[in-house]
Amino acid sequence: MLGRFTLMNMRSPFRTLERAILRDVALVCLADALVGASFGAISVSGGLPLWVPMALSVLVFAGGAQFAAVGVVLSGGGALAAVATGLVLNARLLPFGFTVADVLDGPWWRRLVGAQLLTDETAAFALQQSEPRRRRAVYWFCGIALFVVWNVSVLLGALAGGLIGDTDAFGLDAAFPAVLLALVLPSLADRRTRTAVVVGAVVAVAATPFVPAGLPVLLALVGLLFAGRSAAGETGGRKAAGGRNAADAGKEEVR
Amino acid sequence: MMPLYAVLLLAVGTYAYRLAGPLLAGRLALSERLRHLLAVAAAVLLVALVATGALTQGHGFAGWARPAGVLVAGVLALRRAPFPVVIVAGAAATALLRLCGVG
Repeated sequence: MLGRFTLMNMRSPFRTLERAILRDVALVCLADALVGASFGAISVSGGLPLWVPMALSVLVFAGGAQFAAVGVVLSGGGALAAVATGLVLNARLLPFGFTVADVLDGPWWRRLVGAQLLTDETAAFALQQSEPRRRRAVYWFCGIALFVVWNVSVLLGALAGGLIGDTDAFGLDAAFPAVLLALVLPSLADRRTRTAVVVGAVVAVAATPFVPAGLPVLLALVGLLFAGRSAAGETGGRKAAGGRNAADAGKEEVR
Repeated sequence: MMPLYAVLLLAVGTYAYRLAGPLLAGRLALSERLRHLLAVAAAVLLVALVATGALTQGHGFAGWARPAGVLVAGVLALRRAPFPVVIVAGAAATALLRLCGVG
């Protein structure tokens, strides 16, 4: 009985997602699949045994940190340097975790499983939604889909090895910033948020030549000094957490 | 070589980052102000990822093709073009520029 109740609880939110969101998630999955395949191919053709990219993909499940760690090792760096680089890169998941904490509210096992699904993409999709049920639904749907697609594509890429050519030729390296940009734009409606975001981006880019990988993005948090108080009309937990207002939600339906 | 202990260290550390928020947020009573700051922090981090991802490669400039493609995507997103159009147009612009010999 409990199991059935839980299942229904988990299923009903998925019906609250309209086709447009499912299509967006599918597109992100497709882009991630190509990146995952190239990660698998690069790892294995660099000389690592198959279990290394697979274990990283299942257990770490963070593309940027996986590429960085394998990159350090393949360029002759030590294993601990690879771990340190990956951990600095992934430190941004800590603030993301607080932002999506409401999505994972519930029984302990849901938090344990849901936490592993936290990525830039799932955080961005959750941030884009303001209504609690939709936040939860899109987080779980995108998270599970990405987890499956990512690991399968890393495996296929590793098995295919050198068959995958240069993904940069398809402009795939531009697709990732583009995905995150399209997802984050609606939450920039508030002027002070925009100021904080612009200051942070400038700091991050300016710091990139001088500090280790991963740190520039964390340094962007100095932009929060310009965040100010929550603007009038933006108070109220969900709105503030979602960062968008009703007018934006209306426009979203039009898209 | 990447030994198993290194993979596990990275995995455990990453999971700790992920779990801290969902585990602690329910126990700490977060003020409205802090909630607002966390939402802004997520936006700041995501846009910083966009900016560094678009403009830089390693410690240097990524070349013009990639930021140009991201710019095309950004303009289309602002004009509320459908998400697939935004992403495909951004990637296509970058690919075309590379085909024309732009780095």
